[in-house]
Amino acid sequence: MTLAPAMKILTKRVLLICLNTGGSLHVESYDEPLQMAGGDNNAYTTQDLTTYHVQLPSENIETAFWLESDRMLSLAFSEKSLDVQRKVVCEEFKEHYINKPYGDAWHKIRELAYEVHPYRWMTIGKELSHIENAKLEDVKDFFFRFYRPINAVLVVAGNVTLEQVKTLAEKWFGDIPPGEKYQRNLPQEPAQKKAKKMELKADVPLDALYKCWHIASRFDNKYYITDLITDILSGGGSTRLYQSLVKEKKLFSNIECYHFGNFDNGLLSIEGKLVKGVKMTEAERAVNDELEKIKNELISETELTKVKNKTESTIAFEDMAVMSRAISLAFYELLGDAELMNRELDKYNAVTASDILDEARNIFREENSSTLYYYSNNN
Amino acid sequence: MITVAKTGIDRTVAPKIIDAVDLNLQLKPYRKYILKNGVEVFAIDAGAEDVMMVEWVHYAGNLYEEKNFVASATNFMLKNGTSTKTAFQINEHFEYFGAYLNRTAYNETSAITLHTLTKHVGELLPVVREMLTESIFPEEELNTFKKIMQQRLSVNLLKCDFVAQRLIDAYLYGEQHPYGRLSRFEDYESLTREQLAEFYKQYYLQGKFLIFVAGKLPENLEELLNKNFGDLSNKRPEGKNFLVRPAPEMKQRITNDPNGVQGAIRIARHFPNRHHPDFLKVQVLNSLFGGFFGSRLMANIREDKGYTYGIHSYIQNHIQQTAWMVSTEAGRDVCEPAIKEVYHEMKTLREELVDEEELLLVRNYMMGSILGDLDGPFQVIARWKNIILNELDESYFYNSINTIKTITAEELKQLAEKYLQPEQFYELVVV
Repeated sequence: MTLAPAMKILTKRVLLICLNTGGSLHVESYDEPLQMAGGDNNAYTTQDLTTYHVQLPSENIETAFWLESDRMLSLAFSEKSLDVQRKVVCEEFKEHYINKPYGDAWHKIRELAYEVHPYRWMTIGKELSHIENAKLEDVKDFFFRFYRPINAVLVVAGNVTLEQVKTLAEKWFGDIPPGEKYQRNLPQEPAQKKAKKMELKADVPLDALYKCWHIASRFDNKYYITDLITDILSGGGSTRLYQSLVKEKKLFSNIECYHFGNFDNGLLSIEGKLVKGVKMTEAERAVNDELEKIKNELISETELTKVKNKTESTIAFEDMAVMSRAISLAFYELLGDAELMNRELDKYNAVTASDILDEARNIFREENSSTLYYYSNNN
Repeated sequence: MITVAKTGIDRTVAPKIIDAVDLNLQLKPYRKYILKNGVEVFAIDAGAEDVMMVEWVHYAGNLYEEKNFVASATNFMLKNGTSTKTAFQINEHFEYFGAYLNRTAYNETSAITLHTLTKHVGELLPVVREMLTESIFPEEELNTFKKIMQQRLSVNLLKCDFVAQRLIDAYLYGEQHPYGRLSRFEDYESLTREQLAEFYKQYYLQGKFLIFVAGKLPENLEELLNKNFGDLSNKRPEGKNFLVRPAPEMKQRITNDPNGVQGAIRIARHFPNRHHPDFLKVQVLNSLFGGFFGSRLMANIREDKGYTYGIHSYIQNHIQQTAWMVSTEAGRDVCEPAIKEVYHEMKTLREELVDEEELLLVRNYMMGSILGDLDGPFQVIARWKNIILNELDESYFYNSINTIKTITAEELKQLAEKYLQPEQFYELVVV
């Protein structure tokens, strides 16, 4: 059975929640025994991966092996549980995407920017009906294709020894069939040839501007340059877009530049809310003026050092909590090698001012852009 | 079904556990020093990474303001200009060193928080000092701030959860009370730089503050702090007492967005502060009721009925008096059934003893969650800060552990009878 791309993303999400709360093959409830062992768990899904994390007293570590291995063996799929979870996910969809001003903006932009890649759809699915119509068979199929040992990375961090973890992993996961390696073979987005634009009008208080550009994947060395570009443009009181467009020109009440770190080629986005009375064309021109600067003038060593220092400090703070270290290790191992975690900072430090200039020229091309003009009905 | 795997394990049998209630939880003690001016510094020196945080807590919360938003605007604008530096220069200085400088205004206090790599702290403290002694509140910066806050408010007012939270606070405490004040456009509009400068003079230049530090601390920290902050004012302003004036009408239904697909539900009652003998016990009852994923409210209203993505109950983090709150966003057409189920769960807790297994689960969950939460020096100092600002001591932490371990099902039922009485709850739905 071949799932439509939207369905894939959606069922994965529904599954995730079922997994979190329902039982598995031999264990009626996942949460109760975990809470009894003083543990807590959570999970998240991005467009590229799903992470489950469990935290519990190290004395009770085996409980986590027991529960996680059983749900990897198989979930207890039931119509009743899927039925409730469908409702829950529908409420999540409403809470975040329908009942919030600008909540639909990213659904629209993804569909505008991507023609063929499944990144066209939000992780939660395209619309409510996709969740409402999710079938148990789809969920099962998705589970047995993706949630197999051969596609998974297990990280244990804390007050444990390597020997102890090896023994427990062999004991609980050793006999689970590895499954077939998923060969990721998604349709790749062709290079965009023409600028795309879209207008939207809704009951929101302020006009908003969303622009995005295609960027290289997380695996590409350009990733580090792109990441620093976003830090030059936004994320602090001395960054370019904030200083120029919010503080000096007073065109935006807030403006942000970010990317998603996608495994396949992704998007870099600039989004901002306009100050009341400012014309959309004027706001967009000012954004473009700032981009022209980063495309035409080499950034100073001071500014480059600033964003590199910020990166160094972000990495150090991320490494403070055990949970966040475990999640990072799993992420880098999934990228190919846990050891990458130790080399990240060097890669950022290797970026030069001319790398920034070249990559800014490469990204911020008109024909590579998609723009959403989000107008308020009040204006 | 394969029950016994080839490794010989029986997956239906749970591994043996050590009950989390048997864990011996300790709160790492702080080191305290007193600066030359008498300012108290509370320090947790721990952690593997070369990072640290410093927090300056002033008695300058909105409790002290004569006019709405003066306290939070003053706190916010500490970073927007001194006699020698523009807002841009201040930001650039902290950002150049990869540091984060945040400020937050609360009801009783306001805070400036610095997170930095330990090696840079010496470069950063003098600028914090300058903010605390030389801030000038430029007119233009204030105007931008006012505009941004008003625009943010106009977006937030479209969100049912935002509207519900501010209204329930206003019903509980009254709009004149610092805990119940509503932000209004005109409050921002009428702010002046003179009001901010006056508040700054009274509560920063001539006020009192505490310092909390945590992380991998440099050896000369005490000296650095003394040099930069040891000569500043340390005079606690007089406390103010506000009367709680709750709304006469306890049940409210508000339509904020005629096309809204969800309603924000808030159900809340007054509750005494942390010094009350019932406070720690009720934390356990609250966990059972709606305090974690395995709670009664979650099991019934999310996991069984699917009315919501999540429902929580909690005791608000206020110092003088507080409230016990149930909070959720539910489908528009299932708000009333969801409320009915909340009262139903209160009734069950009043009428039936919780069985020992469920109670043990709650105890273990709470203990495990405190253990997990004490991960790293920043979390440890956060607990101490809460204890110190509430004028409690370490016995509060150990009493809380002891309560989790020893409270009985009978006590929980008695507390439910005392506090989970529907007629004492304010109730609000905002669609």
